[in-house]
Amino acid sequence: MVGILADKDRIFLNIYGVHDWGLEGAKARGCWNGTKDIVAQTPEWICDQMKASGLRGRGGAGFATGLKWTFMPKQESERPHYLLVNADESEPGACKDREILRNDPHLLIEGCLIACKAMRARTAYIYVRGEYVHERERLLAAIKQAYDAKLIGKGNVHGWDCDVRVTHGGGAYICGDETALMESFEGKKGQPRLKPPFPAGAGIYGCPTTVNNVETIAVVGTILRRGAAWFAGFGTEKSTGTKLFAGSGHLNKPCVVEDAVGISVKQLIEDHFGGVRGGWSNLKAVIPGGISVRMIPADQCDEAIMTYEDLQARGSGLGTGTMIVFDKDADLVKAIARASYFYKHESCGQCTPCREGTGWMWRVMERMVTGEAEMSEIDLLLDVASQVEGHTICGLGDAAAWPIQGLFRHFRHEVEDRINLYRAGKPHVQGHSLQAAE
Amino acid sequence: MSVRRLAANQPASFAFAPSTLKRARELMANFPAGRQQSAVIGILWLVQKQDGWVSEPAIRATAELLGMPVIRVLEIATFYTMFMLEPVGTHALVQVCGTTPCQTRGSEELIAVCQRKFGPSNHRTADGKFYWQEVECLGACSNAPMAAINDYYYEDLTPESFEKILDDFAAGKKPKPGSAIKRQGSAPEGEPITLTDPKLYDGSLAKKITIPNLPPMAPKAAKASA
Repeated sequence: MVGILADKDRIFLNIYGVHDWGLEGAKARGCWNGTKDIVAQTPEWICDQMKASGLRGRGGAGFATGLKWTFMPKQESERPHYLLVNADESEPGACKDREILRNDPHLLIEGCLIACKAMRARTAYIYVRGEYVHERERLLAAIKQAYDAKLIGKGNVHGWDCDVRVTHGGGAYICGDETALMESFEGKKGQPRLKPPFPAGAGIYGCPTTVNNVETIAVVGTILRRGAAWFAGFGTEKSTGTKLFAGSGHLNKPCVVEDAVGISVKQLIEDHFGGVRGGWSNLKAVIPGGISVRMIPADQCDEAIMTYEDLQARGSGLGTGTMIVFDKDADLVKAIARASYFYKHESCGQCTPCREGTGWMWRVMERMVTGEAEMSEIDLLLDVASQVEGHTICGLGDAAAWPIQGLFRHFRHEVEDRINLYRAGKPHVQGHSLQAAE
Repeated sequence: MSVRRLAANQPASFAFAPSTLKRARELMANFPAGRQQSAVIGILWLVQKQDGWVSEPAIRATAELLGMPVIRVLEIATFYTMFMLEPVGTHALVQVCGTTPCQTRGSEELIAVCQRKFGPSNHRTADGKFYWQEVECLGACSNAPMAAINDYYYEDLTPESFEKILDDFAAGKKPKPGSAIKRQGSAPEGEPITLTDPKLYDGSLAKKITIPNLPPMAPKAAKASA
């Protein structure tokens, strides 16, 4: 067996799109099976089961899903409740929700129905990132199938009237933040809102709203079908269940795969991603959870396991569980400079520390790549990063600071070498060793 | 932030094509009464599908359709980077992902191909056929490097396969999107190593099941079923 999860325990059975994505195929794989019995239960029962399963939000923050659902008002009122599914997947490295949207859309639709019952909502909106055109077409087709089969909508066979609708964005990473997502949903610029009020009190159109990641909602049906204890049986006490992991960067076989939370970084890379290019000893660093978490160097990757608590203890994080791998040939400084450009480009411009800081950090990082900097600028850069971190409305400021902090925590000497070389009149140029060899 | 401004040369007018208007009204019907503003991003995207780009008259027309102040629609068009604010190529809008995961797998070589073939980014080529730009993460990192051409993703590219695809577009063809090395979606290259158990697909999972942990039936319901 590759990995630590057997095929019989996987939730996403069509993640590669080998089989029929449509309703018949999904039903044959167990989707929509027993949904009526689940939806017939009280919202309290569903929330209790979700709490017992230990499922944590798969969008990066890792908040307990069952608990989040209980924040919704306990009574329906004239202000309707909404479920807003966050399919604005734009984090560099993360490419897992896309596979659900295009290959297993019925799991998501079924999850929407159950989650709506759990939070007494009658409408679920799925906000898909604008660039996912094919994925959106696929999802819309699957929703139409579900309406035609009366699985959702008014007077459906499950006994809980619930609409599932799709809307989309326009290419802004910031809309992955839940309050920016709500602004964008309402047809405004995606600039995050201050909390409180929290979405469960006043979300879209001022109505109670819960925002969940695609993967979080898509696993709900299977968890309840197989039992909370089954799901909680994987992983550790605080990080339970199975999860989609993705690999990119210097791997022999980058891919998306489902495995149990708690698989070691090494086994994930060796078993599923075909190993590091040039072998395990050629590993330099791993960014384990999408580019916004801090990197961990190779010597820690032997013991690191993919759980929230282990990676947090290493100064990193599980994030979305989508890793970027760098081998010894990688130019880490350049990779992080490119990430800084990404954050500069995606800052919404609302808070000054982020709007000005991301651009400033990017410009300094670009000079660090060639070594054209003062040694004292390293500490200045880290100082600015720490002043952007935590001083913005949303998490984008933190996310912009962390990759830089991760780089300097583990590879400060590389940048110092570059600065020294530049001053010695031997600037770092990519491919210089090749040029010298010729 | 990225600075985005409207093009200097604007057409005199814009009119929704009947099919665009029909789809726009469908989008507006997705939202509660009085909340049609929520459809603005979707409608601007339809405008872009119709004309290839979003012009100033189109922004005004969209504002009128949705009953929004023009400045609010202008804000949307300039904030969201997917909206092209100047005319793009007739044959292809090429968007190469340049963010770190793609960069580590060679997106810089793809960018070099574009520079060589089409010249500087964010400009229409002299023959008007192409328009290319480097964009931020498009969310297909396991299939890096990749490019989106006219909305669809071309993945696992090499400079050679990328150039071939671009040549096909130049010749007026429509190459099939997806992996250039014929990978199955985002599966690992080669033989499948997971999801190989035939029991998952023989229909046995669709058999009637009892949901675990169900609460005991309430007395009233129990009586009714008895």
